[in-house]
Amino acid sequence: MSFAELAKTIKSIKFGVLSPDEIRKMSVAVITTADTYDEDGMPIPSGLMDPRLGTIEPGQRCKTCGNRVGQCPGHFGHIELARPVIHVGFAKLIYTLLRATCWNCGRLLLTDQEFERYKRLLKVYAERWPHLIRKLNEDVLKKAMKVAECPRCGQPQYKIRFEKPTSYYEEREEGDYRLSPIEVRARLERIPDDDLRLIGINPEAARPEWLVLTVLPVPPISVRPSITLESGVRSEDDLTHKLVDIIRINERLRENIEAGAPQLIIEDLWELLQYHVTTYFDNETSGIPPARHRSGRPLRTLAQRLKGKEGRFRSNLSGKRVDFSARTVISPDPNISMNEVGVPIEVAKILTVPERVNKFNIQELRELVIRGPFEHPGANYVIRPDGRRIDLRFPKDRTAIAESLDVGYIVERHIRDGDVVLFNRQPSLHRMSIMAHRVKVLPYKTFRLNLCVCPPYNADFDGDEMNLHVPQSEEARAEAQVLMLVQEQILSPRYGGPIMGAIQDYISGAFMLTYKSTLLTREEVAHLLAAANYKGEIPKPAIVKPMELWTGKQIVSLFFPRGLNYSLKASFCLKCSECMKEDCPHDSYVVIRQGKLLAGVLDKKSIGAGQPESVLHRIIKDHGTDAGRYFIDYAFKLFLTHIDGRGFTIGLDELEIPEEAKVRIKEILKEAERKVRELIESYHRGELEALPGRTLEETLEMQIMQVLAEARDRAGDVATQYLGIKNSALIMARTGARGNVLNLAQMMACVGQQSIRGERIVRGYINRTLPHFKPGDLGAGARGFVYSCYRDGLSPIEFFFHAMGGREGLVDTAVRTSQSGYMQRRLINALLDVRVEYDGTVRTAGGFIIQFKYGEDGVDPAKSDHGKAVNVDKIIEKVLGEVIEK
Amino acid sequence: MTLGLKAIRKHLSKYKDKLPKNVLDELEEKLSKLDISEKECKRIIEEIHRAYSRALVEPGEAVGTVAAQSIGEPGTQMTLRTFHYAGVRELNVTLGLPRLIEIVDARRSPSTPMMTIYLDEDHRYDKEKAREVAKKIETITVENVSRSVEVDFLTSSIVVVLDEKVLRDKDISPENVAKALEKQKFGDVQLEGDMVIRITAQTSDVNALQKLREKVMSLKLRGIKGINRVVIQRERDEYVLYTDGSNLKGVFDAVERGELKGVDVSRVMSNNIHEIAEVLGIEAARAAIIQEAMKVLEEQGLDVDTRHVMLVADLMTCTGRVRQIGRHGVSGEKESVLARAAFEVTVKHLLEASARGEEDPLQGVTENVIVGQPIPLGTGLVELFVTAAPGGKRK
Repeated sequence: MSFAELAKTIKSIKFGVLSPDEIRKMSVAVITTADTYDEDGMPIPSGLMDPRLGTIEPGQRCKTCGNRVGQCPGHFGHIELARPVIHVGFAKLIYTLLRATCWNCGRLLLTDQEFERYKRLLKVYAERWPHLIRKLNEDVLKKAMKVAECPRCGQPQYKIRFEKPTSYYEEREEGDYRLSPIEVRARLERIPDDDLRLIGINPEAARPEWLVLTVLPVPPISVRPSITLESGVRSEDDLTHKLVDIIRINERLRENIEAGAPQLIIEDLWELLQYHVTTYFDNETSGIPPARHRSGRPLRTLAQRLKGKEGRFRSNLSGKRVDFSARTVISPDPNISMNEVGVPIEVAKILTVPERVNKFNIQELRELVIRGPFEHPGANYVIRPDGRRIDLRFPKDRTAIAESLDVGYIVERHIRDGDVVLFNRQPSLHRMSIMAHRVKVLPYKTFRLNLCVCPPYNADFDGDEMNLHVPQSEEARAEAQVLMLVQEQILSPRYGGPIMGAIQDYISGAFMLTYKSTLLTREEVAHLLAAANYKGEIPKPAIVKPMELWTGKQIVSLFFPRGLNYSLKASFCLKCSECMKEDCPHDSYVVIRQGKLLAGVLDKKSIGAGQPESVLHRIIKDHGTDAGRYFIDYAFKLFLTHIDGRGFTIGLDELEIPEEAKVRIKEILKEAERKVRELIESYHRGELEALPGRTLEETLEMQIMQVLAEARDRAGDVATQYLGIKNSALIMARTGARGNVLNLAQMMACVGQQSIRGERIVRGYINRTLPHFKPGDLGAGARGFVYSCYRDGLSPIEFFFHAMGGREGLVDTAVRTSQSGYMQRRLINALLDVRVEYDGTVRTAGGFIIQFKYGEDGVDPAKSDHGKAVNVDKIIEKVLGEVIEK
Repeated sequence: MTLGLKAIRKHLSKYKDKLPKNVLDELEEKLSKLDISEKECKRIIEEIHRAYSRALVEPGEAVGTVAAQSIGEPGTQMTLRTFHYAGVRELNVTLGLPRLIEIVDARRSPSTPMMTIYLDEDHRYDKEKAREVAKKIETITVENVSRSVEVDFLTSSIVVVLDEKVLRDKDISPENVAKALEKQKFGDVQLEGDMVIRITAQTSDVNALQKLREKVMSLKLRGIKGINRVVIQRERDEYVLYTDGSNLKGVFDAVERGELKGVDVSRVMSNNIHEIAEVLGIEAARAAIIQEAMKVLEEQGLDVDTRHVMLVADLMTCTGRVRQIGRHGVSGEKESVLARAAFEVTVKHLLEASARGEEDPLQGVTENVIVGQPIPLGTGLVELFVTAAPGGKRK
């Protein structure tokens, strides 16, 4: 693509109403026949498919411009209406015009002084406050519409009534008088240009009489193409159908008028013509029945074509279909870099990149051309400098084409390893939903991606599909590579922290590798480091005797940037009342000094995705995105290799707790049940004290819920006490890899209260949830408390309550997605023009200043340190650290 | 050798216009605690300035889109459940996605209007004194203090049976109630016994009596209109009043008239954006939008940078009125015809534009997407190009 193509060519678009003269001038044919084709299938001249209106059949030349299908834009025809009709879209505007102007002299119903004053105001506004003009127009109209007698010619004004969609009545003393479109048009004609300007109508663009149609343009055939079904039956477009109706009635009306038919018949036909023209413009006009197709389906006429989500604007103009794209199922591949995307060979053989031949690549491109379109690193097309495309699928001898290649030719070669492509998963909720990846051509039929990019795409592998786009120009590729590459997007602009990072097994693996009891033999260390592609020296073993052993921390430290200093509390932390920091007995205070992990385990808080102020965040922030990518690509391999070697499973055994614990849990639950019963009894006795501002019933509910929630938590605590540190479920919950302690409690101790709308379950039968309970039973079990745990299984009643709660969750999610989707659409639409200008101000498209300095300090949240402009502590540490070393 | 505060300030003053105030303040505080030399101090400030310059936004950055995405994207993770107890257990407050939608919609009144009233030095530490203030604010109607309000069709009168307990609790005497009713001139008011008030109306029309009953029930005895309930809550070392219902002007007026004492007027807060805009002005409304939106996001545990919310709030308030994000506000007032048509109510905008003879200057994003031209954002904003003559020399 050349610069000329990239540059702006359209400066502005002006809107206006076509005058009858313009319609006639641009028309190439008067359409008078209500038919399309004759028996032989030839278009009828001056019919709706008149060949002068352009061609849609391949091979045919247009009768007007002589071009073939692709080139001929189509040409308008016109219909001379026998009687004028109102344009529905402007019916309301015509109504205000009729009310605001004098029926006699056509002037606005204002006195001379008022008129002059508004005129002056308009001039001032146009110069200084153009956005206020609309308000002024409204004021003028409001004022003029109130006047009952024309201040210019002194004529009394009748009140005018508008009946939807297109009738106007004058309320005269002797009764209502209907204004015919001819009279309406005559009145509109009398309004002078100057008066129109005051009410916001530009007479050059839209004289009001043009709003009453005397001539109707007939759109070209390309706008309403007919389709031939397999059976050979021609099916016409809805617009053609509607135009047929209009012409038919129009001709009948004309004949009747010429024959001098009675007024009544003419009126009826006129009314019918008005109906057809109305539905031709908008088939959803309120007040009239929509025109229907023979099958009973309402016709899709002009307004319907433009409107709504599937309309021209939202589906064809704001969103466009593209070439050079692919879509398939995704699957994980921990062995490729986070910057890469695995592309199936089948896809790689179809998607191409245009590469211009020069003296450096000619040899290589020749080889690609010879290999052709069916072998992977090949080429699909050659474009000669004169613009001719040679399809490499057909010629037998591609060597000849390869030989003919010369500087200036373009070869559309297959995408291959290292090419930059855009990768996208819908819904594209934020900018990280489309990122640039480097191609890695792989066997099999799915797109492969590194697991660390799952969070930004919000992808999983239960059948998700993703799209891939190949940028075709140098500019596009450069932009994609510099701005959109995955590693450049690690820090989210939403909160200024890494959105990518370790998930699930990465976190469990990191924890197990870095936990203090993990000791590795030389063999294991070598295995780990080889998997992580480490080239360098192995550190001295932490334990020399009786055998050489290394700690996991030593191995991980090899991958930290040299000068990394950081400390934080791990997710594993038990939140002891007094933190012992470095000496934490649980190894949950992470200390990194000079790139060495001295204490603490790495888990979600240190390397997890979406964790600001983590070790990963510091690496990216202080050492650059390259260092970040290196850490994610290679150090993360350690974690996976370690968890692979050690093995990590969860099963029923993991949830086994001793009999003693079960007894304790049972006791806790019994105790809670007793308390609930007491509460209910005191409620029945009327002894319960209501909380301020709550009814007695609400108070009771709140207290019962509180008691039960407490019981569930306590039961959960008891159960988790019996789990050892080696327990997989507990490791996952405490390191933040997956699940939480509540999930464990539900599995082992007690599932707890099921709720609907935040309340205990009350729905079902009259005064009870199920027929198994007595009416009015307020007890825990009768209102959806599940005593069992998932391991032991739920009773049928409990199961039912659990399903109720579960269903609410599903419904909730479905409703939420649509609501938040609409909110996001509106937010984007309101804000999409807002940008930072070169002077640092934030402005809209029209140049209105929204902020003088973005965010009050001009800091880009994506470049900020978790929202802070600069991390003062870090810089002080850095400066002083260096100075001290000197 | 320690550097004095004075010296640090001197060094910092050079960067007064180059660094934001909060960074300067933080630096001053942290540097003064350190034992550093002058050289080190200088280097730190220089480094900070470099880091700050690196963190600045680049011209052309599509901050609007980023802000919209940053607020919209977490929407999917929010709860839909309307009611939550935000700090105050006794009051239901709309939070989560519905509240966020309410804020960007700039609804006339929130679904759960609420005020937070802080008290002045004299009242904030004593629960009893706080209760005194609360009493004056809370609206009490005849309905609140009566056991029943019935129409007696025989005598065409209305009988109010008062609740003794509530009356005592609210510190109102039956005579007060009778007096208040008398003032309204509903009819002849009589105190029958201790707790019964009879109002004999002039009319005997059934409908009129029913209507009168409604009027009697909703008669305000005390308090500020629109505030249905007041809850006293301890917040750190002071007592704070939370109200169900909001009426900023009412509170301010009452304070001004001297009827209400003990309120720290500067800290009274409402969650009704429009009310704030009317009473306190547009800047206050902007601050309120930011505060309310951030509160919702934080309560849901979502980490969103304030700058995004600030931008949305600024866009909503930059004309001096509170505008909605959507068809009736920001999007509907765009200059471009095509941009408006592409959002909602397509046909209306096109017809109107043609009657007015509008011209679309194609300055925005949507318009240029529609006509297929580069959009004026980021790299598309650059309009400068160089024409290279053959041979690589510039013309």
